[in-house]
Amino acid sequence: MADLITQPNLPDPDGFYADLIKTYEALDEDAVSGFSARLILLLTNHIGDHDVISQAVEEAVRTNLKAEK
Amino acid sequence: MIHDRYSLAFKLYPYERNADQDSATPVRHPVVIVGGGPIGVATALDLGLQGIPVVVLDDHEGIGMGSRAICFAKRTLEIADRYGCGKPMLDKGIVWNLGKVFHDDRKVFEFNLLPEEGHKYPAFINLQQPFFEKFIVDRVRKAQAAGAPIQLRGKNRVDQVTVRDDHVVLDISTPEGTYTIEADWLIGCDGASSPLRGMMGLDFEGRVFQDSFLIADIKMLNDSFPTERWFWFEPYFKSGASTLLHRQPDDVWRVDFQIGWDVDRKEEMKEENIRRRLDAMLGPEVSYEMVWSSIYTFQCKRMERFRHGRVLFAGDAAHQVSPFGARGANSGIQDVDNLGWKLGMVLKGQAPERLLDTYDEERTFGADENILNSTRATDFITPKSKISHVFRNAVLDLAERHAFARPLVNSGRLSVPCTYDGMSLNGEDALPGPARTRPGSPCPDAPLGDGFLLSQLGNDFVILTINTDAPDTLQEDGVTARHVAVRSEDDTSGALAERYLGDASRAVYLIRPDQHVAARWDRYDETAIRAAMRTACAKD
Repeated sequence: MADLITQPNLPDPDGFYADLIKTYEALDEDAVSGFSARLILLLTNHIGDHDVISQAVEEAVRTNLKAEK
Repeated sequence: MIHDRYSLAFKLYPYERNADQDSATPVRHPVVIVGGGPIGVATALDLGLQGIPVVVLDDHEGIGMGSRAICFAKRTLEIADRYGCGKPMLDKGIVWNLGKVFHDDRKVFEFNLLPEEGHKYPAFINLQQPFFEKFIVDRVRKAQAAGAPIQLRGKNRVDQVTVRDDHVVLDISTPEGTYTIEADWLIGCDGASSPLRGMMGLDFEGRVFQDSFLIADIKMLNDSFPTERWFWFEPYFKSGASTLLHRQPDDVWRVDFQIGWDVDRKEEMKEENIRRRLDAMLGPEVSYEMVWSSIYTFQCKRMERFRHGRVLFAGDAAHQVSPFGARGANSGIQDVDNLGWKLGMVLKGQAPERLLDTYDEERTFGADENILNSTRATDFITPKSKISHVFRNAVLDLAERHAFARPLVNSGRLSVPCTYDGMSLNGEDALPGPARTRPGSPCPDAPLGDGFLLSQLGNDFVILTINTDAPDTLQEDGVTARHVAVRSEDDTSGALAERYLGDASRAVYLIRPDQHVAARWDRYDETAIRAAMRTACAKD
C-alpha cells in the first residue's frame, strides 16, 4: 500500500502557492466551489490510488486544527 | 366485495369457483403464492414445471394497466428462456445499445452497451411490463395444458394469515364469499406495499428519497427518435430537474421527468400540464398522444430477512429500489430463479429445509448490491446537498471534455446478475479458470455448434465437462446431476474457451439448476463432485 507523501514534494513551493492563490482570486465567490471540485477530480484521477486518496481525505479532515480548540 | 384498485391491461385469470370453496375442511396445498404479478406467476411456473402443485391468489383478475417496468436485462431473458417464454419477449421487445447523456443543451458523451458477441439474448430489451407478464401467463397456460399443476385464482383476496410452525392458514375473500385453505409453504409476491408483510407485522427498512417523478408514455404521431436511451441532467427545456427518453415497442416512448418533492399530484397529472412539459421538450411541431402517465416516488429498502419460517418473500415485497438501473423487476426474476429449485428440492425431500435459508442469504446479498447501486445513481441524479450538486456538475463539465470523468457519470448502473461470492453453497474453485465463471457466478452464455450453451444448462444439476469425460449421470443422496459434454471442436468462436477455460486446456464445472456455478475443477473427480453436490444442497 502506497503512503500519502507528507514530506515536502514540490520543487517550487512559493511559485506553486502564488499561482494557486492567483487562480482562486480571479474567481467569483459562486465559481469557487465548482472550480475546487473540478480541480480535486482532475488531481484524484491523476493519483489514481484509492488508498492514497483516502489517506489524503482523512488527513484533510483531521488537520482542521481550529475546530479542535 | 372486492373492489378493483386499478384497471386491467389484460384480463387473464377471471374469477372461477374452485373446489376448495366447497370443501368442509380447509384443503392443504404444498405451495400458495400471494400475488399474480410477474414474480408470483413466474414462481408458479418454475414450481409447476417441476410438477409441484401451486396455487396463486390475486385480488384482481389480470395484469394491471400501465407500462411500468420497461427495461428487461439479459439475465431475465435467459431465465425466461429456461421457462420457455424468452422468445416472445425478445420478438416483441426493442433491442437497444446506445445511450446519450446531456447536460443543459449540450451532449456530455454517449455510451454503447457494447454487447459481447456470442449470447443468445441481447444485453437489454425494452418491453412494456403488461406484455412481459402476459408472456409468462401464456406460458403457464401452455404448461397447464401439458399437465403442470398450476392454478391462477383471480379475485381471491387474502384477508388473514395465521402462521404455524409447519404450515400457514389463509382466509380468503371472493365475490362468492370467504373460504379457508392451508399451505405448507407460502410465498409473498404481493408487491412493494405487500399486504402479507403488513399482516405479519414484518419490518421494511430503508431510505426514502424526497423527489417525485412524472412518467408520460407517449405515442409519436408524426416524428420519431432513434432507438437510444437519452438522459438529460438539468435540461434546457426546463421540464424537470432531469429527464429520460427511452423507446418501447409500438412507437411508444417513455418520458420520465424529475419534478421535485413538493408537487400537487392532482394538478401535475392533468393532461394539459403534462403536455406543457412535453411540448417544451419536443417542440411545438411534434404531435403525440398520451398512452399512460403516472407520478411515482421511491424508496430503497428491504426486509431484514426474506424467509420467516414457512413464509418466503420475493420481488418488490422483499426489496425495493429506485428505477435507475432497472433493478426492480430484473432482481425479482433472479429471486424466482434462486427460490424455485431450492423449494422444489425441499418439497421433493431431496434437500433439507435449511437450503431455503440460503435463498435468504443469497438474495439479501443481491438486494443489498441493487440497493447500493440504485442509491448511488439516485444521489448523482438528484443531489441532496449544495456541495453534492457542485461536484455532480463538475463531473458533467469534465466528462464533456475528458474520458476520465465519464465513468463517474451515473444515470443508472444497469442491472447485471449477482455473483454469490463467499456464500455457503459454493464449493471449491480448483481450476485456474476465468474470474467470471468462479463459483457463485451466473454461467455466461456461449455459442455451441448450432445453438447456445445455456440452453443445455439449468433445471437440474449439471456436470459440464470441457475436453474431458464423465459418466452420463451421477447420483448423490437422491439428487441426480446430468452430464453435458462439450469439446473445443464445438467452440468455433472461441467464446467458450475464453469464458470457461482461460489458460486451462480442460475443465469440469458443477452447475446448479439456476445456472450458477457451484464448483469447478481441472479434471473429473467423483469424490470432489459428490462433496460439492452436498454443499450446494446445504447438506454439509
